[in-house]
Amino acid sequence: MGDFVMPSLGADMDEGTLLEWLVRPGEPVSAGQVVAVVDTAKSAVEVEAFESGVMGEQVVGPGTKVPVGAPLARILPAGAGAGVGAAAPEPAAPAPAAQPMAPVLAPRAEQPPRPAAAASAAPGPPAAAPLATPLVRHLAGELGVDLTAVRGTGPRGRILREDVEREALAAHEVAAPAGLGGELPAAAGRARAAATGIPVAVPAGVPAVTGIPAAVTATGTAVGERRARVSPYARRLAAELGVALGDLLPGPSGAVTAAEVRAGAQAPRAAAMTAAAAEVAPPAAPAAEEGPAPSATPGADGADPMRQAIARLMARSNREVPHYYLETTIELSEPLAWMHARNRELDVARRIVPAALVLRAVAQAAAKHPELNGFWVEDAFRPGEGVHLGVAISLRGGGIVAPAIHHADRLSTVELMGRLRDLVERARARRLRRTELADPTITVTNLGEQGVDLVHGVIHPPQVALVGVGRVLERPWAVDGMLGVRPVVRVTLAADHRATDGFVGSRFLTEVDRQLHTLEEP
Amino acid sequence: MTVVETTYREAMRAALRDAMTRDERVFLMGEDVGRYGGCFAVSMGLLEEFGPERIRDTPLSESAFVGAGIGAAIGGMRPVVEVMTVNFSLLALDQILNNAATLLHMSGGQVAVPLVIRMTTGAGRQLAAQHSHSLEAFYAHIPGLRVLAPATLEDARGMLWPALLDPDPVILFEHGSLYAVSGPLEDAAPEVDITSAAIRRAGVDVTVVAWGGCLGKALAAAETLAAEGISAEVVDLRVLRPLDSATVLASVRRTHRAVVVDEGWRSGSLSAEVAARIAEEVFYDLDAPVERVCSAEVPVPYAKHLEDAALPQAETVAAACRRAVGAGG
Amino acid sequence: MLAQMVRIRRFEEACVQLYSQTRIRGFMHLCIGEEAVAAGVMGALAERDAVVSTYREHGHALARGLPMPEVMAEMFGRASGSSRGRGGSMHLFDTTRRFYGGNAIVAGGLPLAVGLGLAERMQHRDGVAVCFFGDGAAAEGEFHESLNLAALWRLPVLFVCENNLYAMGTSIERELAVPDLALHAAAYGMPAWPVDGMDVEAVDQATRRALDDVRSGEAPVFLEMRTYRFRAHSMYDPELYRDKAEVAHWRERDPVEVFAARLRGEGVAVDEELTLVESAVAAEIAEAVSFAEAAPLEPVEDLTRFVHSEEGQR
Repeated sequence: MGDFVMPSLGADMDEGTLLEWLVRPGEPVSAGQVVAVVDTAKSAVEVEAFESGVMGEQVVGPGTKVPVGAPLARILPAGAGAGVGAAAPEPAAPAPAAQPMAPVLAPRAEQPPRPAAAASAAPGPPAAAPLATPLVRHLAGELGVDLTAVRGTGPRGRILREDVEREALAAHEVAAPAGLGGELPAAAGRARAAATGIPVAVPAGVPAVTGIPAAVTATGTAVGERRARVSPYARRLAAELGVALGDLLPGPSGAVTAAEVRAGAQAPRAAAMTAAAAEVAPPAAPAAEEGPAPSATPGADGADPMRQAIARLMARSNREVPHYYLETTIELSEPLAWMHARNRELDVARRIVPAALVLRAVAQAAAKHPELNGFWVEDAFRPGEGVHLGVAISLRGGGIVAPAIHHADRLSTVELMGRLRDLVERARARRLRRTELADPTITVTNLGEQGVDLVHGVIHPPQVALVGVGRVLERPWAVDGMLGVRPVVRVTLAADHRATDGFVGSRFLTEVDRQLHTLEEP
Repeated sequence: MTVVETTYREAMRAALRDAMTRDERVFLMGEDVGRYGGCFAVSMGLLEEFGPERIRDTPLSESAFVGAGIGAAIGGMRPVVEVMTVNFSLLALDQILNNAATLLHMSGGQVAVPLVIRMTTGAGRQLAAQHSHSLEAFYAHIPGLRVLAPATLEDARGMLWPALLDPDPVILFEHGSLYAVSGPLEDAAPEVDITSAAIRRAGVDVTVVAWGGCLGKALAAAETLAAEGISAEVVDLRVLRPLDSATVLASVRRTHRAVVVDEGWRSGSLSAEVAARIAEEVFYDLDAPVERVCSAEVPVPYAKHLEDAALPQAETVAAACRRAVGAGG
Repeated sequence: MLAQMVRIRRFEEACVQLYSQTRIRGFMHLCIGEEAVAAGVMGALAERDAVVSTYREHGHALARGLPMPEVMAEMFGRASGSSRGRGGSMHLFDTTRRFYGGNAIVAGGLPLAVGLGLAERMQHRDGVAVCFFGDGAAAEGEFHESLNLAALWRLPVLFVCENNLYAMGTSIERELAVPDLALHAAAYGMPAWPVDGMDVEAVDQATRRALDDVRSGEAPVFLEMRTYRFRAHSMYDPELYRDKAEVAHWRERDPVEVFAARLRGEGVAVDEELTLVESAVAAEIAEAVSFAEAAPLEPVEDLTRFVHSEEGQR
């Protein structure tokens, strides 16, 4: 004799509630007799006993919910009195329906275990051009991750989203000190050596004005603008032919396809090769360095030599350079309108971002105010030969390069934009030329894309001025006594008081404003 | 071996006559296949030739006569059931899905159903919403069926016999616009491989996948494009289930671009399946997004200009090819 | 016939217990109360006849001769099951016995039987296609299409309607404008008559007579078996649609009891026979269960087999 258990009354029943006992303990029970009412999810159902005997102890009372297979009561051998606990061993007379079956649920035969999913292939060495889906490439662009430096852990070494995210985390940046936009030329060579192989992060220092999407990403295109699209086949082909995708403009379809890659493969790549091979050596330092030069390898304490170089430079700047600070707010609706109009005529790859507008204005202002464009060396000001605008690009692992755009005052906005893209891309690819790193005459730092309103920077000696650009903000703005909402940007000047006074500085900032509103002919 | 000017209709009739002659278990049944000669005149004259036992007019009861075809196939015959048009086949969908396609598996391999179902499909003849369906995808969705779309005279002539040799159910979709198409055909056309797609025109710039009534449009588009210097490869899918993706994928590996043409409605269409397989299998060979040219998601209208606008046309196929190769479109 | 009915009854009871223990899953429709139809019709059929059944087909399958271990293994979803575990309770098949399946689409099997009859006719064989269906099927279009087609072409089909008065939970009066099923068939010009489906001898005699008519090539025949299921539509339901008095009334006409009582009246030693039958059936069921328990599972690698015929079958 055995347990009377909660039966399964349907394909979808896992548990049931006992509603009512129809037989009391001690009363006889025959196989097939309805002995209880059970509530399934659907309704109340009468359930039967499968063996004959006497109803024994009922372990579940009305209103109790139990899983299928749980004992509800004992069925005792016929003739057992109520309250007899133990089942008598003698078998009852075989009732026709009673089958020699285990009254409790026998464990069902298990399905053979499914083979575990094959562990993802061991990550191989990174492919010449990484296999990565458009989504992953986009993410890499967003996070400023250089895919060529990422080890793919996916099938056939494919780069997965998590690979990119891991890489981005590994390179988690300490925010560069505000205004840090370049480095002591003397440190440039060592800095580069230290930075080799470290991918460029989202360039915190690239001039760009946000609010209107304008941050320049590591791919050299503007966030918010569509990234230049590359077909999967073109990407594969570029890897096979050794063509750098960044050098290619999209074709008629708006994407870089195999045709553009093949054309790129024909083009001489000597310039790029030369640049890549060029060693960026430190120029002769115009000022004697104090203290020992930082070692090119991490010290025993693991300190990053580049960080150390920057630390020394900034400390010296703060210690020796008497800064004065000026700030102005520039209304941007006209220049931005001009920019959008220009952009409608330009193909995607050449579109302007607001950063280029500001760079042009600063370059023009620097040309008109040469006393801010140059170096303080040996207790005297030495004007720069030409306006070489330093553009701060932050590197991963801490550190910054500020390569120069040479003769920036001779360039149109569109040309400046092209140079900016080019610089950012080559900085990523470690293909900056020595001269670019050696001779900025004035530096622009832009932390607007980091979401700050304004930057009070620290001058990079031996330069005598640093322009800070914040983000584009919408602000109430009064014109001719009428209030409106206009886009504005706050531009600051940090200048070396040894070389100039506030009077020069304020005329310089006024000129930046004027230049922004002096629109070029298209 | 002589080559005769033949219509698609005559080619299909010759295939039926040939099969009836070769195997006495073969018989044809359906609405108006006998005295009327077939709604589309495919079986014209066969009643006189083979008699009413083997050319059976049925009552208008798709479920019963398709189911009877299934039963007769199980019982040892080789029936060819003609459903007048795919529009009426929905009344027999239960039998096709729940019996023909399912019995073999459900019986653990015991009950095979060697049945051939023929039906007319497609739009383009101003027959309006209830008589212009292209529902190949409904049937191509069902495991257990083989679904064929003969689009050429050779296939109309050569697919029926291999379909009858197949021990499992086969559906032939005959596009209504094809019956009157005429061309040279060998009078003893060879049997056709009913497991694979066929490349109807070689090209290097873009793969155009089409079948049935759209094949001609795809070929016309390829002709237009050739004059513009674009070389389109045209793949006649023709085996809609089990889908021969290998031929399509190999072609896309060569051309790096694909345009899929489908007279069905875009959402959930067979073209979506083809495009998905391309994305799954040859993603890194793609030089442009896969283009699809499908019917507008609207019941097919009666007015000619509206119907034309609703369906894929040679010019819309050509435009999609131009987009794919980046030549505007 | 008595032994066959007891065998079906006990098998179904065993299924109830196994189902309630979750060793059998899915939908399961029991024919307890309807054993006389299965035992009576199958006893009258020849091996060359073909059978198409419904989802309430355990009794038909067992009476047709499908081995009980294979039927039980099918319930357990095992590779040794009659459909290799791919069909379950509702889809028992055995082509060697011309048993073409439990069909789970109401009226879905009728066109199949018409086609099987057509194949007999066209191949000049004298087998009959016997088709079981319930009263619920009579409301389906396929029922009317199939009766019309079989009658039109005078095909060798025997339509056997198991009228148990309820289409799931809907009584026949709520289902059909004309609840007299024989009238439906008569409208298609075929002989049709009602039979007491609780009397196995009446079923047997009616079936033999109908088969003679069909085989002589006159036309299909329609039999309405008036029967009753003692249990719910599918395993368990609350049976809100019928009252207990009605069930009790029909239980008084239990086909096993009715036939046993008649045999007793004829002086047959029924009770001794029943005792022997019961113990033999108990042993057979126990063996079927242990066979099913021990039977192998179809390997998952074989999942997609039998979607298309395999080489050996071509």
